[in-house]
Amino acid sequence: MALISDYLVQGVQMLLVLALAPLVTGVVRKVKARLLRRRGASVWQPYRDLLRLIRKEAVIAENASWLFRAAPYLIFAATWVAASLAPTFASGLMFSWAADLIAIVALLGSARFFQTLAGLDIGTSFGGIGSSREVMIASLAEPALLMVAFTLSLLAHSTQLSSIIEVTQSPAVGLRISLAMVLVSLVLVALAENARIPVDNPATHLELTMVHEAMVLEYSGRHLAMIEFGAALKLLLYMSLIGGIFVPVGMARSGDPWPAYFVGMGAYVAKLGVGAVALGVFETAIAKMRVFRVPEFLGGALMLGFLAILLLFVSRGHL
Amino acid sequence: MNLSVLSAAIWSIVALLALSACGAVAARTRLAQVLIYPLCAAICAAIGALALWGLLRGGSESLVLPLGVPWIGSHFRLDALAALFLAIVGFGGCAASVYAIGYGRHEAAPARVLPFYPAFLAGMSLVVLAGDAFTFLVSWEFMSVMSWALVMAHHKEPGNTLAGYVYLVMASFGTLALLLAFGLLAGPEGHYDFASMRDLVGARPLAGVALMLALVGTGSKAGLVPLHVWLPLAHPAAPSHVSALMSGIMTKVAIYGFIRIAFDLLGPPQWWWSVALLSAGAVTAVVGLLYALLQDDLKRLLAYSTVENIGIIFLGLGLALAFKANGMGEAAALALVASLLHAINHATFKSLLFFGAGSVLSATGERDLAAMGGLIHRLPFTAALMLVGAAAISALPPLNGFVSEWLLFQAILISPSLPQWLLKFLTPAAGAMLALAAALAAACFVRAYGMAFLGRPRSPAAETAREVDGFQIGAMSMLALGCLLIGILPGPVLDALAPIARVLVGQALPAQSGQPWLMLAPLADHRSSYDGLMVFAFIAVSAAASALLVRAVAAKAMRRAPAWDCGFPDPRPATQYSPSSFAQPLRRVFGALVFGARERVEMPAPGTTGPARFTLRIHDFVWEGLYLPIAAGVGRIAERLNHLQFLTIRQYLSLVFGALVLLLTLLTVWR
Repeated sequence: MALISDYLVQGVQMLLVLALAPLVTGVVRKVKARLLRRRGASVWQPYRDLLRLIRKEAVIAENASWLFRAAPYLIFAATWVAASLAPTFASGLMFSWAADLIAIVALLGSARFFQTLAGLDIGTSFGGIGSSREVMIASLAEPALLMVAFTLSLLAHSTQLSSIIEVTQSPAVGLRISLAMVLVSLVLVALAENARIPVDNPATHLELTMVHEAMVLEYSGRHLAMIEFGAALKLLLYMSLIGGIFVPVGMARSGDPWPAYFVGMGAYVAKLGVGAVALGVFETAIAKMRVFRVPEFLGGALMLGFLAILLLFVSRGHL
Repeated sequence: MNLSVLSAAIWSIVALLALSACGAVAARTRLAQVLIYPLCAAICAAIGALALWGLLRGGSESLVLPLGVPWIGSHFRLDALAALFLAIVGFGGCAASVYAIGYGRHEAAPARVLPFYPAFLAGMSLVVLAGDAFTFLVSWEFMSVMSWALVMAHHKEPGNTLAGYVYLVMASFGTLALLLAFGLLAGPEGHYDFASMRDLVGARPLAGVALMLALVGTGSKAGLVPLHVWLPLAHPAAPSHVSALMSGIMTKVAIYGFIRIAFDLLGPPQWWWSVALLSAGAVTAVVGLLYALLQDDLKRLLAYSTVENIGIIFLGLGLALAFKANGMGEAAALALVASLLHAINHATFKSLLFFGAGSVLSATGERDLAAMGGLIHRLPFTAALMLVGAAAISALPPLNGFVSEWLLFQAILISPSLPQWLLKFLTPAAGAMLALAAALAAACFVRAYGMAFLGRPRSPAAETAREVDGFQIGAMSMLALGCLLIGILPGPVLDALAPIARVLVGQALPAQSGQPWLMLAPLADHRSSYDGLMVFAFIAVSAAASALLVRAVAAKAMRRAPAWDCGFPDPRPATQYSPSSFAQPLRRVFGALVFGARERVEMPAPGTTGPARFTLRIHDFVWEGLYLPIAAGVGRIAERLNHLQFLTIRQYLSLVFGALVLLLTLLTVWR
């Protein structure tokens, strides 16, 4: 019975992240529109967009290779696997041991690897500019993210997300400077990795300011739908990570009775809502920065993460 | 005679040497050209299988042959560590030989390659099996000289003679350091066989110096910064299957030498030894990759990436030494096994990548990334296999590179329990460097793969390239399969490494084969676990399911049309991103600090018709700051001493007399 419910929770999570991801994107867009005194599209618009793209004929460039056509599915799959293994409304998932926090970071790295390759496949200058800037951003964001992972793992004596969340859920964790630094670092990385303002602009069509959009410029139809869906999943994953680790309120644990799971789900949806509104407000309030200011921005995130680790290394004797 | 594994391995090496002699005599005949590589492949496969059997069976064998120095003889020994590296040499050599069956047909001067190739393989195997310092050094020099001869095979190409010269100088320097290290290890009585060195515990005041000498000696062969300068010159200069052997396998033989000395012969370590290893490893990893990011020559890029991976391996070995010195057996075993696994992995994917580069070279005649592009259409199999290699070296799950880096990260995460403050500061910094190197590796290989195989062809050669033959593709497929298998089933490999850890650090990781779902949990499983098979299955299933689902729902129609490119597609391939423009953002971020890179744009004044100019200056601080001054100093001294060549016989005799008196005085004072 316990085994069946474990499988059920894992399955529900895999479907839940799929179902919620476009909604989060929709809410962010709606909030931004309202703050600009526009009415904005409905929060359900991303679902309609995905459906529309899927139904459309795919037009690909004459010299596109098989890699170009396979990449959207691989990107989507790697992101989905990462999002399914990270705790969202319940910790201690059935398969969460298959990939710890480091592996989740690396899975997102795999998705990006194929994304940047796909950007180069057609051989246009926009694809190249997008890919080369993406690898520059990633080469700083990924180490910063690993620093965050290290800090959390040192606190929890484990790289498993479930164990980390158990530690942050317990009252023993208290207020820690290193956790605060890591939170700031993680938020900065999340903004950069999800191509949000101030690093990139998800709504831009000014060619020279695009990073993510430039890479996917040649995609259309179902391929574009998979990429957009993957991007929405990635945003959801980062919000789940931040919410799950730093605000683990209401999260169900394995072995809890059924109602706890529903509470967990409610809390999760509420956290996503808060995250989406906060992101919308932040993006409206801030201006995009020049591309070559981004290394300073991410270098800050890297240094914060590194300082947090040093603090932990110095302040603790034995693990 | 009872044929043991060791003697069978030595007979195989003798067969390789005999083959080498045949090659020297008959290299110009068609028969030798057809037969040598297949025979090498068979012998190497036998060596690999023997070594694997020796590793799995456990225990050690030794043998003394009446060769070499009188009364000492030549000792040979096959223990778990030697068996692992012999297996790397055997299987790596086998793959390279299979590849060479196809690749060697394009060789313009087979007589310059065939005699040396089997001897090079034999030399590497002998180093691993050596059981005394004399045999070790002689085999080491033999390996160096044979590989030097192979580097010089195409000596008429520009730059290759310089590469050979620098290699020879660095190899002699490395051997000198090793010779001195063995001198210190031998102790006052001069025991040159490893067994008595091992027993000589306690009476070694200069052990730290011996370790540093060993680090310099093996590090110069493996490519530690700043001793790496010869490697990006020499590795690409050799024929591609030899480049793969030098980069993938010979550097591992150097790693073997270091592990043998540092973990086996030197006895109990001091904690501060690890400081040198950790810092050298971390710096090497990041600097090697930054060099690689800026290279336009595909083979040179791969050679610099070897430098990076050697840094990662040494970093892991440093951690293992630190843990061992502090009596943390399990952590030491974790770090050591992570390094050994990375050595295996690097041998696999670097050979694969060099084979791929060789195939591109034989298909297009080009090593310059700026003259490639679009090869995925022309060389579909090579492109698919290279993609596996590029993803594996970028440490992407579920391939093998990720497993070893993951294990190393786990080892770093235990290091706060180290008692020394210096190590407490150094290990997180090393961890940060490792994280940076992992991210930069992905950037580097996206660039290399994207420029060579994706986009539009940048030269007529790339436009008309033809897929390579079955032997080359077969050899690459073997290695790509290895990358995948080690990635999804690392448990059995780690278990095979357990006896090595037990001998060298006194403890081994818990057995991995019994874990549920073939998961990997090096320490307690609530601490950390990873399941490559599961991740692979998840990705495969969800990618396939989403593709099928989308295809069921979606419009089936797909149309090919000209590239969109925001409405202004330019048909000229020159408008694509070039290798150097792709590297430009990263060059701006890291280049100013590490390479003193300066960009200058000169725009003509408005209204004038002069061209705009862009100049980029990059400095190689190691070469300019360390090697050129040394070379200049040597040149200056040589010039000063030159007049000694033109003395009279009387002056020479008084010179000899003076030297004799001086030495005798020294001897009296010393006593």
